[in-house]
Amino acid sequence: MSRLAATPGERIDRSRPLGFSFDGKPVTGYEGDTIVSALYADGRRVFSRSFKYHRPRGELCGCGQCANSLVDVDGSPGVRACGEPARAGMTVTHLNAWPSLEHDVMSATDRFGGRFTQVGFYYKTFIRPRRLWPVYEKVLRRAAGLGRLRERQDEREWETEYRRRHCDVLVIGGGVAGLAAAVRAAELGADVVLCDEDVEPGGALLFEGGQERARELADQARAAGVEVLTRAAAIGTFDDLVPVVQGSVLHQVRAARTIVAAGAIQQPLVFGDNDLPGIMLSGGARRLGALYGVAPGKAAVVATVDDRGLDDALALVAMGVEVRAVADLRPEVPGGPAARLREAGVEVLGGLTPVRGHGRRALEAVTVARPRGGGERRIDCDLLAVSAGAAPALSLALQGGARAAYDGARAAFRLTDLPAGMFAAGAAAGFDDRESAERSGLLAGAEAAASLGRHHPRLREEQVRLGGERPEPLVATPPAWAGEGGKAFVDLDEDVTVKDVKQAVAEGFESLELSKRYTTVTMGPSQGRFSQLPSARLIAAETGLDLETVGLTTARPPWTSVPLGVLAGRPFEAAKRSPVHARHRELGASVRWAGDWMRAYDYGDAEAETRAVHEAAGIIDVSTLGKLIVRGPEAGELLDRLYPNRISNLAPGRIRYGVLLTDAARITDDGTICRLDEETFYVTTTSSGAGAVEQWFTWWLADWGLDATVTDVTQGLAAINVAGPRVREVLARVTDLDVGKEAFPYLDAKQAKVGGVECLLLRIGFVGELGYEIHCAGAHGQALWDALADAGAELGVRPFGLEPQRVLRLEKQHIIVGQDTDSESTPYVAAMPWIVKLDKEQEFIGRWALEQRRGEAPPLELVGFRCADGKVPAEGSVVLGDDGTPAGEVTSARFSAKVDAVIGMARVPNELAADGARISISDGGQRIEAVVTKEPFFDPEGEVLRG
Amino acid sequence: MSFLLTCPHCGVREVTDFGYGGEVTKRPTGSPDRRELNTYNYFRRNVAGVQREWWYHRSGCRAWFIAERDTTTNEVHKTEAVG
Repeated sequence: MSRLAATPGERIDRSRPLGFSFDGKPVTGYEGDTIVSALYADGRRVFSRSFKYHRPRGELCGCGQCANSLVDVDGSPGVRACGEPARAGMTVTHLNAWPSLEHDVMSATDRFGGRFTQVGFYYKTFIRPRRLWPVYEKVLRRAAGLGRLRERQDEREWETEYRRRHCDVLVIGGGVAGLAAAVRAAELGADVVLCDEDVEPGGALLFEGGQERARELADQARAAGVEVLTRAAAIGTFDDLVPVVQGSVLHQVRAARTIVAAGAIQQPLVFGDNDLPGIMLSGGARRLGALYGVAPGKAAVVATVDDRGLDDALALVAMGVEVRAVADLRPEVPGGPAARLREAGVEVLGGLTPVRGHGRRALEAVTVARPRGGGERRIDCDLLAVSAGAAPALSLALQGGARAAYDGARAAFRLTDLPAGMFAAGAAAGFDDRESAERSGLLAGAEAAASLGRHHPRLREEQVRLGGERPEPLVATPPAWAGEGGKAFVDLDEDVTVKDVKQAVAEGFESLELSKRYTTVTMGPSQGRFSQLPSARLIAAETGLDLETVGLTTARPPWTSVPLGVLAGRPFEAAKRSPVHARHRELGASVRWAGDWMRAYDYGDAEAETRAVHEAAGIIDVSTLGKLIVRGPEAGELLDRLYPNRISNLAPGRIRYGVLLTDAARITDDGTICRLDEETFYVTTTSSGAGAVEQWFTWWLADWGLDATVTDVTQGLAAINVAGPRVREVLARVTDLDVGKEAFPYLDAKQAKVGGVECLLLRIGFVGELGYEIHCAGAHGQALWDALADAGAELGVRPFGLEPQRVLRLEKQHIIVGQDTDSESTPYVAAMPWIVKLDKEQEFIGRWALEQRRGEAPPLELVGFRCADGKVPAEGSVVLGDDGTPAGEVTSARFSAKVDAVIGMARVPNELAADGARISISDGGQRIEAVVTKEPFFDPEGEVLRG
Repeated sequence: MSFLLTCPHCGVREVTDFGYGGEVTKRPTGSPDRRELNTYNYFRRNVAGVQREWWYHRSGCRAWFIAERDTTTNEVHKTEAVG
């Protein structure tokens, strides 16, 4: 492990070494290292194989922006090793190379690929024959791609914490401009959030000798109350929402004002074999030395088009790297830095640029020349540090509606129009040097605050001052590409070469938007950070258009790659469980989702459970029913207007069945209404309908302004239905209440203690047998269940689940709303015209539509049917009309042992809706004959139920 | 669609906290004919501009209220409690 001498600004803590593994080999680094810096110190230069050609790739940016060092960390693919802090014990492996990073058989595509790897080959080749696509796909997927996903679902589990943050000002980017903006806005009283991708704010200050200023500004910001989020990437702009990803936390930041201070991205140069490991951005090389004490190379050449490259060259000299030459594309190299370089013994070559990299596995030498030929020189080196100008990071601003124009003087695009509420500062706004960037930050902070009514006394003065001090940059425009031979990459992520883009243009893909899609340039993980400008330049050169016309594409979110789990991971699902749930588990119930609820589907033997209900009794947990309390002087009036039958004349202690309708008379829910006292009604709904019914009730209540309240008590109460011929024997053992026929008639409600628990007993029956629905406080649900189960054990009582219940209610032809009804089902279609009371004085919901349909035969009618043989038609099977065409639909079907036949319900055309009518059901390939049976299969007269 | 709404009872919340009830319509009175009833049931003005509409604070106080929102910009001009 070799490191440079310690410097005050470095990020590593040399007193705290840590160990991790890379491809199975142990690596030692220091606390504060990134994976790449620790591996660099260990002498490693190759971190990945490229996407298509499997060429070895080294570090490019040194700060987590490029896709050159994607690795797998502890099973998570796609981690950027140059931005990821090293942690003790982590397991890092390479991606996309087999059998190893050093020897990758697929790199043959680089040497022998020829016509198989040309642009568009994928579209042109694998399209025929079509039937072979699955085979092609398998091979291609193995050959390309960036890592493997974990295979088992439990390994992929990802929990995202969603945090909502509303603030006055969001500052994107924590460089000098962003920090200054945050400080200023916060000092003026704004609530400010600042996010930065690095482990600490400071941006370029941190590795360009300004770390003290950076820490000073960060302290100032925190003191002023700024919430500083580090290792936190803003990934997009969606109206006024900016998602900021910080590890497994997704901050959903909604700021009244946004300040984009995302800085600028140093650009690479395009020339032959410009991807050799050892060719990197000069800023990245400088970072490695300044932050991690790692020498980026032994012998370096610096290629630049601007002063930043010269500055970086001086920094490399200072850290002890032998800089053999600086090739500056500008023929007149600015005197100051050039003189200092020459003083340090560095040869400064004006007007030259790299035209070819040399080396087999890594850079061994570079040839520099004049861009149009001539003046060639080959210089041996293991590091080529490149500075081809800086492209402001505009994507987030552009996503938010900003516009950009090409600025020839800076050889880059810059923002021209910002949408309302957005401000820009620092390099993103065209203020490149440290001092003007800081000033622009202060101004943006003040302007954002002022737009929120928090004025700075000298705002105008500062605006004028900043306007006057924008220094002219001296940047040479890099050539679209330079030199001949080798592969000249425009996009390292996607392995797109100059040749590919040229060919795309030659084939007619001249527009940037089209060539992007054809060649996939800018579509890799680094989102065009290093390829957008070079590819636009190349298209401009090929088409003869200027860059303004070629334009810029807007990178789509996410601007920074994030695990899919952050965006689409399983949200915290509201799994509702009844208070008795634990008992069902103990009893071995098969538990399934039913809407939001986890419900006992059966307890292992649905048929025996069904039989028990008919022969002795069964208990079923119906705590899932929606339960509302409607109370108030006008509660009866409210319910009269909501239900098609009359509710207000219900006597206290009595129960009525009701369906809820829309104004188009469609059935939306059903349940029972029990009047508890003069002003209080207890309303039950379907298990899945509680929320919707509560909304429906409160909506109309708000509109009508009646004196009543609606309270949802669904999850506060438990309910257990006990039904069967021996139910009275069971109840006699647990309650003193007289549950006999005369004392407790059908549709009565009574309060009593059952098993010591205070309960409300409703004499109703969904399953057809004599039954009682017993409601109690949720906390006592389990005690009630146990009391009933224990009392009934020796009487043959069994718990029964959802499936037996469905059979039992089908025997009785009781409908399930949503199963046997659809969005077209009126009470007339659902064969319950008796529920409609048109003589009621109130204008209840659905009344007009019902009046308009009164006397008309409904187009379809819900009927029961009994099948001729034992085949059970699938729900949704087609009922055929006389002419053999589809005319109706099976809504429910089950085998009933009690009826000893397959029974069901179906919506059939009017002419078939007669007792004894024969219907044909088409279920896939098979034909099932059935007979319409309009009255219930079990207890048609309701004697059992009322008994 | 992404914006903030001010619940008259709870304060500023994300739009995802709320349920949308659609534009405020006028329920017929008396005995509407088929055309009137169908218009009420199935037709909406769908304005491009400021609209009065129902919202329900589903993940909060569960109250309905009325908002005036510009459907082209999602700017909410005001919200008011009902009843």
